[in-house]
Amino acid sequence: MPDSISLTLKVNGLERTVEAHPFARLLDVIREQLGLTGTKEGCGEGECGACTVLLDGRVVNSCLVPAAQAQGAELVTVEGLEQDGELSKVQSAFLNHNAAQCGFCTPGMLLAATDLLGRCPSPRDGEVRAGLAGNLCRCTGYVKIIDAVREAAEGGAAR
Amino acid sequence: MIGASSIRKEGRAKVTGAACYTDDKFAPGALHGVTVRSSVPRGILRGISFGPGVPWDEVTVVTAADIPGINLVASVVDDQPFLVALGGEIAHAEQPVLLLAHQDRETAERARRAVRLEVEELPAVLDIQSSLDLAQVIHGADNLLKEIVIEKGDPGPAWARAATIVEAEYRTGAQEQMYLEPNAMLAEVERDADGVRISVWGSLQCPYYVHGALKQLFGQPDDRVRVVAMEVGGGFGGKEDYPSLNAGHAALLSWKSGKPVKLIYDREEDLAATTKRHPSRTRIRTGFDAGGLLVAAEVDFVLDGGAFTTLSPVVLGRGAVHALGVYRCPDLRIHARAVATNTPPPGAFRGFGAPQSLFAIERHMDLCAERLGLDPVELRRRNFLATGDTMATGQLVRERLDLGGIMDRALAEIGYFGKRRAFALATGDPVKRGVGFSVFMHGCGFTGSGEAHMASVAGVEGLEDGSVSVLAASTEMGQGKNTVFAQIVAEALSLPLELVEVAQTDTARVPNSGPTVASRSTMMVGRILQDAACGLKLSLVQQGLLREPYTPGEFRAAVKAARALGPVKSYGQFRANPTTVWDDVRYRGDAYPDYSWACYATEVAVDTLTYEVAVTDFVAVQEVGRVVNPVMAAGQIEGGVAQGIGWGLWEEVVMQRGRMANNQMTNYIIPTTEDLPPIRTVFLEQPGPGGPGGAKGIGELPMDGPAPALLNAVQAALRGTMGTLRLDEVPLTPDRLLDRCEEAAHA
Repeated sequence: MPDSISLTLKVNGLERTVEAHPFARLLDVIREQLGLTGTKEGCGEGECGACTVLLDGRVVNSCLVPAAQAQGAELVTVEGLEQDGELSKVQSAFLNHNAAQCGFCTPGMLLAATDLLGRCPSPRDGEVRAGLAGNLCRCTGYVKIIDAVREAAEGGAAR
Repeated sequence: MIGASSIRKEGRAKVTGAACYTDDKFAPGALHGVTVRSSVPRGILRGISFGPGVPWDEVTVVTAADIPGINLVASVVDDQPFLVALGGEIAHAEQPVLLLAHQDRETAERARRAVRLEVEELPAVLDIQSSLDLAQVIHGADNLLKEIVIEKGDPGPAWARAATIVEAEYRTGAQEQMYLEPNAMLAEVERDADGVRISVWGSLQCPYYVHGALKQLFGQPDDRVRVVAMEVGGGFGGKEDYPSLNAGHAALLSWKSGKPVKLIYDREEDLAATTKRHPSRTRIRTGFDAGGLLVAAEVDFVLDGGAFTTLSPVVLGRGAVHALGVYRCPDLRIHARAVATNTPPPGAFRGFGAPQSLFAIERHMDLCAERLGLDPVELRRRNFLATGDTMATGQLVRERLDLGGIMDRALAEIGYFGKRRAFALATGDPVKRGVGFSVFMHGCGFTGSGEAHMASVAGVEGLEDGSVSVLAASTEMGQGKNTVFAQIVAEALSLPLELVEVAQTDTARVPNSGPTVASRSTMMVGRILQDAACGLKLSLVQQGLLREPYTPGEFRAAVKAARALGPVKSYGQFRANPTTVWDDVRYRGDAYPDYSWACYATEVAVDTLTYEVAVTDFVAVQEVGRVVNPVMAAGQIEGGVAQGIGWGLWEEVVMQRGRMANNQMTNYIIPTTEDLPPIRTVFLEQPGPGGPGGAKGIGELPMDGPAPALLNAVQAALRGTMGTLRLDEVPLTPDRLLDRCEEAAHA
């Protein structure tokens, strides 16, 4: 078995090639090989959603995804939401509503919310709650997060 | 500026992923540290062996024998070792025994699993009752970590005046803080001609606690130890005292290996090994006269303090002071004990003993109302503390206090009376609905003389560009300290918020403004900062560099001019109110400089087929003095309520032989978006005398009210359908509710 494998994938719009352990988790490759530390590890077992990223447009818990599976894929992390120094609608709404308190769940929550609004541009309250149910937050009671997602939705779909 | 919902100072960094938490800090060449822990709750460590399959020559190994200074964590009482020594006693499962580090994470983990501990097991004490019964004597002569008695009047003869006496017992379980970021520490120890220089960067609430612990561990003076708080991914008390331990561990590994060491717990280790809310057992006996007035009360309050003293004496003190809640009682006795058990030491968790004792008294008041044939609203109204009354410790209520008004507002918001009538008529549906509420207070700042002993210092500094930096040891863990401190200083200096930044919490730069705990940062440290800012302004004016009123530009020019003469810094220090009197031995006097007051009301739907309780509405009304940042304050309330609901209904720490059996997020259940109702927050603002601009404490208050309000609502929902239902324990999981319903059916 080789010590490492070569992975080429599109990361936040840019093609990147990294060497990784054959059984590395996508989360570790994102944080260590790609140096994108915005993605967090809260549990390592797919429960908390802090490591949520978009892989080929779908929400995944990157702690559960073998990095090898990302070969040739398109990856979006929290660092990819801001474009040319401008926050996305979801990011702006989170900032304005104090939806980020300690901020540790925020990157994953932002990606889950971005995904939700992409699928469902004008979600009802229940749809927002269902869309974010895989992402745990211990600070907010979710009130401000839900307010932020609704505000982001009002102007149409998030980018 | 005070009163504005300013945007979070570090908010942009948090929504872009740029915020730097401990594990995000790049440390070239850092080793991965791991901790070998005891799997038995009590025994003597006889040997350590290192199994095959590990390149042991590459692994850094630290045992108790390596420790250069004192092998005890500096705390309230120094009785907890950093590592168990060979021949020493293991006092709880998960107790750290030795430390390992390797450059490769997998190798470090493999090494951890290859270590074998030879332990001569001893019989263990695993719960409150066994400890009280002295099944084994494991601490002192009586297993008591701390005992407190609060007496007012003499309840002995007062019982004779009671027409009705109600007696009951209540229990609360442990609760995990479940900050999203597990405990994390990075250490770098350098050696030079004068000895060692120890630096740690960590996820922590109390930099100067860690500073003190490292000084003692390494036998080094102040200036040889530096502690930096990184962005903290939630604390809630869970990073109050524990980081003194894991910072010591990381530093020992770095000292031994000569390399930086990262000690990052995974979730399972964090849940199994680190502190939780103290489990409690409370017995209350109350006597009421014919008019429904409380004439006598006795409370026996017991906390499971775990294997070492840690913060238990202080947690117990707060719990004891809050044990009679918001009620007037002329003759009372509160007996509080924290007992030792062979379990991982519990510690601080939002509320700090008060949620436990307030749960008991607020459930008890509903029980008393039922026994007295009174509405719970009416019984409370007759017995509320009011201006001029004295509390349990003899503290005089000096402020204008209108608990009835707070309660009425919450009841109106939830529609209490209308819903109660409507729900009573709705029979036949297997889903039963009920409304319930609780009324409570939370003392702001440290209990008793804590603030006076701490004598906190904080300051402000004029920077090169004429802007101002806040210097305080308080950490930002999501509660909004950066923003609120900046608002307070900006207001004091009449500057726009952009001109005030908050310095990183680094003991090399900031003074000791005390720990980030006890709902004290805004009120206590904020007040000191206000003084420091006024001092800065005054000195600029007195030097003739500034004249009031001034523009921000004139202020900046004055700071720049002053900097030409030397550093521009101004400090303030805590000043005790001269009228405050406190007796630490007898627990008499002014327990807190201010109290925040609240009534929380909730509506539940109880499914009598599945025994699940759904929370369908929640109203939080509180009087917290002047609110510095309304949106952030609401965020504190909403988050605290969510944790309180979790504690009340779902969050159960399952212990087996002194170890947490459900140490995974999969089976320790915290609320998700789909479990919580909208949480409606109302602030009634009556400026308090102590805090800046009249602010009082907020952070912990919302943890106190939800659990009793929920159980009161469940009791109301099931009234008349289940016989005499004994709802006296949280969490009220479906299993527990089923058991209690079956018990009621068979009674």
